[in-house]
Amino acid sequence: MVFRVIPRLDIKPPNLVKGINLEGVRKLGNPTDFARRYYEDGADELFYQDVVASLYGRKGFMELVTHTANELFVPLTVGGGLRKLDDIQKALRHGADKVCLNTQAVTQPEFIREASAKFGNQCIVVALEVVPYRDGRGWEPLFNNGREHTGLDAEEWAHRAVELGAGELLVTDIHSEGTKRGFDFEFGDRLVKELNVPIVLHGGAGSPEDVVKAADRGYSGVAISSILHYEKTAIHDIKESLEKAGITVRR
Amino acid sequence: MSSQVTIIDYGLGNLHSLEKAMEHLGAEVSVDVDGSAIADAERIIIPGVGAFPEGMNGMIARNQVDEVREFAASGRPVMGICLGCQLLLSTSEEFGEREGLGIIPGKVVPLPAESASVPHVGWSRLQINESGRSAAGEKLSTFTNGTWTYFVHSYHCQPADDHHRLAVCGHGDAVLTAAVGRDNILGFQFHPEKSSSEGLRMLEEFLQL
Repeated sequence: MVFRVIPRLDIKPPNLVKGINLEGVRKLGNPTDFARRYYEDGADELFYQDVVASLYGRKGFMELVTHTANELFVPLTVGGGLRKLDDIQKALRHGADKVCLNTQAVTQPEFIREASAKFGNQCIVVALEVVPYRDGRGWEPLFNNGREHTGLDAEEWAHRAVELGAGELLVTDIHSEGTKRGFDFEFGDRLVKELNVPIVLHGGAGSPEDVVKAADRGYSGVAISSILHYEKTAIHDIKESLEKAGITVRR
Repeated sequence: MSSQVTIIDYGLGNLHSLEKAMEHLGAEVSVDVDGSAIADAERIIIPGVGAFPEGMNGMIARNQVDEVREFAASGRPVMGICLGCQLLLSTSEEFGEREGLGIIPGKVVPLPAESASVPHVGWSRLQINESGRSAAGEKLSTFTNGTWTYFVHSYHCQPADDHHRLAVCGHGDAVLTAAVGRDNILGFQFHPEKSSSEGLRMLEEFLQL
């Protein structure tokens, strides 16, 4: 499968925002303007995360999804505050192609099975937002944008999520997220080796070279935001670096 | 010039993207829900995501089967997308053998075991089958070797006649049917409405057929 470059847009309606370690958001502007730029520059998919959905409901977010889907013709994944099958149905009706689950999946794992049975596993992405346990016994998946603990082992949870019907996993290393210091591959690499679903890595990309490293390690794609939003690099530059490294990309 | 297109809604899947793509291209879009808007259409699109038997059940319940067959026989342009492409064939093996529209002879079968994954989700490049023949397909400038298109499917078409296989794509060691067609009929296993500017261009040129 061709390696995917997926711009991730964190949205606090009506604005595109960006934080560091999933916190401390800063307003950047109109999400659709950014999304259009990325689409025209060769984004393989778009990812919209409603970062305040679990706090305030989804006012305005679905309208942004529709507005985007009406004008930009690549797959769109939508995450944030999807708690019921009806919420997923609504997201799909508003123009999403896939949905990304975290809080509801990790607190009610059967939700993954139900969602996958109803909408197909190609449609269900499960997010793992992880931090290492202090005593070195592995990683813990957090939820509610990194605010709440699960006490689970993230690796076991990833296996379970796939068994329940997740068609893709989005892995965020919270300590790297928003830092532009480069990806931390340690946790994600285990999933790439052990699991047979696409693994998309998110959190910390600082340069096109970081993306090349992720492709070399077998990830199916990367979700990137800061370096694009702050125009540190552009998608066509990233794809050029990937191509130079011998990796096939959509151009 | 505004072109008219009728989208066949048989109760499955999400018409949103396709409808909006067509509006974006300036088409006059109507949606048929009961078979009544097909006979007078200029061209039709059969979209769809979902399972084959449910798709046929939906079309039967909405009196669309004979209408679509007659429309196809009239020589006006027909495009099937994803499940809509598969429905063009004679039969499908999805959940037991089931009769399709029979507009293209052949059957719909599960993706072969050599596939890199099932479902096949993502971008793949078209490889045009040199022995494939479709007047409609030849008029689409981006329906060419190497064009990146977006797929989401677990079954694919196996036309009885290789001339009806217009394009394939690789997926792991498997070769999958990416497009079928003949004369005025086009069936795309991929989603042109999700395939960026090249896919949109195919839809735009379909509106000119």
